[in-house]
Amino acid sequence: MTLRGISSGAGEWLRGSGPHSDVVISSRIRFARNLAGFPFVNRANRRQRYEVLESCRAQIMTNRLADNTLWVQLADSPAIDRQLLVERHLISRDLARHKADIPRAVAIGADETFAIMVNEEDHLRIQVLRSGMQLSEAYDQINRIDDILEEKLDYAFSKRFGYLTACPTNVGTGVRVSVMMHLPALKLTGEIEKVKRAARDMHLAVRGLFGEGSEALGDLYQISNQTTLGRTEKEKLADFEKSVIPQIIAYEHQARQALLRQREKQLDDKVWRAWATLTHARVLGTDETLQLLSHVRLGVHTARLERVDIRTVNELLLLCQPAHLQKVTGQEMTPAARRIARADLIRQRLAPRG
Amino acid sequence: MKYKCDKCDRPATHHSVEMVKGKPNEMHLCEQHAADAGLSVSASHAPINELLTHYIKMTDNKGGPKGKPGGVARVDRKCPDCGLKFSDFREKSLLGCPGCYTAFKRPLITLLERAHEGGSQHVGKVPRRSGGGEQRQLLIARMRKRLDNAIAAENYELAAQLRDDISGMERPDAPAKPSAAKPRTAVTDPSPAPGGVTDTPGSTDKEDRA
Repeated sequence: MTLRGISSGAGEWLRGSGPHSDVVISSRIRFARNLAGFPFVNRANRRQRYEVLESCRAQIMTNRLADNTLWVQLADSPAIDRQLLVERHLISRDLARHKADIPRAVAIGADETFAIMVNEEDHLRIQVLRSGMQLSEAYDQINRIDDILEEKLDYAFSKRFGYLTACPTNVGTGVRVSVMMHLPALKLTGEIEKVKRAARDMHLAVRGLFGEGSEALGDLYQISNQTTLGRTEKEKLADFEKSVIPQIIAYEHQARQALLRQREKQLDDKVWRAWATLTHARVLGTDETLQLLSHVRLGVHTARLERVDIRTVNELLLLCQPAHLQKVTGQEMTPAARRIARADLIRQRLAPRG
Repeated sequence: MKYKCDKCDRPATHHSVEMVKGKPNEMHLCEQHAADAGLSVSASHAPINELLTHYIKMTDNKGGPKGKPGGVARVDRKCPDCGLKFSDFREKSLLGCPGCYTAFKRPLITLLERAHEGGSQHVGKVPRRSGGGEQRQLLIARMRKRLDNAIAAENYELAAQLRDDISGMERPDAPAKPSAAKPRTAVTDPSPAPGGVTDTPGSTDKEDRA
């Protein structure tokens, strides 16, 4: 598998399938791990960083873990490839940043359900990403990966504090559960603020499309846990699966129903204006496109708009982003040229077939 | 040590010290009472550096006669394993090595309780192999430090020896590879050098194992 290969379609997590996929885009779990006997990445010297990278590579690339795993050295890769991986949620923005002195890499599973970052803030950041509401499945997968890596790698661990991490906010289980949700009706009705407040009271973080510090473009929100110490992985997971996420899903469904009952014409107007713009505009920016796609997605899920399938909409959420757009069109472009290419691509993908 | 709210029995999440006529006046409030008093900064969700700043201010004021309000910590503790100072940690919010958790154990526990809804004891998954070997982890860390020093001093013979010893220790139960067969018994440091390795970990480490 190559980077070229993975950019042609949407990753597993955007397939628009999986339970509750009308509201839940993806389920993600990540484990933070460090190797015993080494300083954390921020304090390791060059030789130690290389040694960590090499030890991890050797263990990750065994076939016991998965066949056809792609290993990408990020220090050597062009900026556009790194950006592509960020857009696909396979690496963090931090790992993508150019830091010549930190040898770092990511291992990507052939189906893109897992990605293992080496030498990010912690030596290892393992993540599993799946479409729709599939936290249990994601947990089983990541737990298995973790077990296989641990057969040869000595993790830094203490009985008192659990898995030791560079930042004390991750110590303990080292587990971050993160569910990406599409909440357009809560946004349109203004109820989203209540959700955010409630989430904060439950010690959950509500973030945008690209995590920390990013805006909720396209009405996409990531809900994730803030605490990692004092409760087991299973307890945290159960919170999300049985309580937090089902409540937010129900709330979004209620808001959609309320819109249909009370503001049907306004809802239709939003959906069809979005459709009209996307199918006719000649110049489109990323943020605007994501917002329009959000309204189209809402239209599809409320059966107001039947000219497009959800898979196409989800794919466009990804392809309209700068690095993907340039990969698809096969050329590097200025932002101004991208806006034109983006509009072209979208018109083409949304044109009636046959 | 956990504080209870001054006004009810719930655990306090808001801690502050006010200087009243030159004397520190401590306050510990739960989320609700802190909000009532208009003091709520929702500390438990604040980013770690904010928590740290609050914590440092609190300990400074509470501390001995030299404590200056809002100043830098009185004694800037240092991690013996990686040399990170507590003030570095405060600045960057990142610890330097696993040993920092032992070196800064006491201030960290307070911080962790606030960052993790009161939790400071790990429950959950334990790695199958490294779960028990904290002592061994510490030893490997120290040998790595000596390895670095040996390389810096261009003492390649010692470096090679240390490298072999470390790799032998890291894989005590790994199947022996034909190319690098190492006796499984090399769990203790075979070549103690002056300083460093013979250090016994502080008494705090014993608490860990209890």
